[in-house]
Amino acid sequence: MATLAPAGERREGTVSKAGGVSALPARRVRSTSAARIALGMRRVAWTLLSIGTFALVWELCWAVGLADPKLLPPPHVFLDNIPEQAKFFNTATRWSIGVNPADGPSPYEAVMITVAATTMRVLVGLVIASVLAISIGVLVRYFLLFERLALPTITLLSPVSPIAWLPVAIFLFGIGNAPAIFMVVIALFFHMVLATISQIDGVNRNLINVARTMGATKWQTYSQVIIPAILPGLLVVLRMNLFAAWMVVLVAESTGVGYGLGQVIMMARNTFNPSLVFFTIALIGLLGFTFDLMLRMVQKRILYWVPEPTGALRGL
Amino acid sequence: MAKAFLSKNSVTCRGVSKVWAEGTERAHEALRDIDIAVAPGEFVAFLGPSGCGKSTLLYLVAGLEPVTGGEIWSFDDLVTSPSPDRSLIFQETSLFPWLTVWQNVSFGLGIRGANAIARRAAAGDALQRVGLSAAFDKRPDELSGGMRQRVAVARALAMRPKVLLMDEPFAALDVQTRQRMQDFLLDVWRDSGASILFVTHHIDEAVALADRVAVFTARPGRIKTIVPISLPRPRNLFSPECEKLRIELTQLLRDEVDRAFAEQEAFPATG
Repeated sequence: MATLAPAGERREGTVSKAGGVSALPARRVRSTSAARIALGMRRVAWTLLSIGTFALVWELCWAVGLADPKLLPPPHVFLDNIPEQAKFFNTATRWSIGVNPADGPSPYEAVMITVAATTMRVLVGLVIASVLAISIGVLVRYFLLFERLALPTITLLSPVSPIAWLPVAIFLFGIGNAPAIFMVVIALFFHMVLATISQIDGVNRNLINVARTMGATKWQTYSQVIIPAILPGLLVVLRMNLFAAWMVVLVAESTGVGYGLGQVIMMARNTFNPSLVFFTIALIGLLGFTFDLMLRMVQKRILYWVPEPTGALRGL
Repeated sequence: MAKAFLSKNSVTCRGVSKVWAEGTERAHEALRDIDIAVAPGEFVAFLGPSGCGKSTLLYLVAGLEPVTGGEIWSFDDLVTSPSPDRSLIFQETSLFPWLTVWQNVSFGLGIRGANAIARRAAAGDALQRVGLSAAFDKRPDELSGGMRQRVAVARALAMRPKVLLMDEPFAALDVQTRQRMQDFLLDVWRDSGASILFVTHHIDEAVALADRVAVFTARPGRIKTIVPISLPRPRNLFSPECEKLRIELTQLLRDEVDRAFAEQEAFPATG
């Protein structure tokens, strides 16, 4: 049972959160579309300002001679000639024997194909890893026998760097999409299993006890209480792992998948082309950012009950 | 040990004790030799210093935790697991945030397999009894703390329990809301006919509500004495009778709080 002090603190917190007796919290007041657009614009403006500041510092370093344009070309250099950069995004068909290089897709199409290929690997890997990891995580807590059999192995394999799995990926799947997807799955799976388990352990005991006093079976408690209760945390885990997926997919692609952003970076390294490296980095950053944004929007839509981050931290 | 035991009492505790983490180094005794019988429709308050195990006793009666000694009966049943007949209401909001108010209220009926029409009807009925019909389609985070606790009460009532177990249900509310909630609880209690076991560390709350007040000792929790209150309700807490009760209970409690503090000072690590 709770000791004196924390219980008192908790109570105070609840009182202030609850507000008045009948007054509804103001947060629920529906914002007008005009206000929403204004808020969105302000967010976009801050995002641009953030990136702009970063670019400006870089450009300044270049202007005063701190950043060698041959090694660290500033944004205006590597973004200067996009068509020129796009030419390096060769898709495999253009290198195939007996194919006229001019027959392949145009440089811009090649960029699109490359981006789409990498994105597809990330997405498929992410979906497979999430479904597997969440199922296994729930099973571990649901069946004690399964936990005893599986959890030690999962914990043992969890700290292994995905790079170590790279040879395995190639042994098993050769080259192509499969090893890259396998790498993404391996990189995410173990962590996501452990994250799922810790989410389950963190579910408010009261919610579980309510279900128990109502006569819920174990299955009902899991399906109607525990799973919905861990969803918000799982989406955060998914967001974190989305970045991890983007990281590992490049490693996988740099070892010979045919084409992809990782392959472009590797080629840029081999041909000593820093501009292409930074151009690709910018592209990856943009993609990752967009993905995160989309995931946040999904989160808002399906997790309607999770409150928006409040101003407690901002008030400091 | 579980020999047939026929009882008209809604709850009977016979020599109940509870040791947490029994058999380990961290073992500590929460309750010792609790004997109490609660009649159907009776309102009993458990009053005691913080950490005396009164909430633990409620969890034991609910069947959420096993006893380590003695036995608990509810009517003719030995309590070994939770039952919808004994609804527990927690101190903190325990509504499911992803469900609307009516879905929360009818959660238990859904567990039993009732269809949506029956669930809506039962939820509407229960919400009306707690005066929150207007909140039917709202979500828990749109409600104030007092309203949420009323929804929690409605959720318990929807199961038509014979015993309501309340673990400091109004502790998180401000003083004015708490008083209103006490009046509200008395109304609900009267027309539900259920017994109520009500844990509190507020003397005023116990005096305002209970038929009997069981005063607990500091750890390990034992029932020090049971003070009956036969005053009619609603009670005027400023009347001389209530004043007398308050002084009596305050003195009973003071010794225990002193003891609890002395113990905590002697063993700072376990405080």
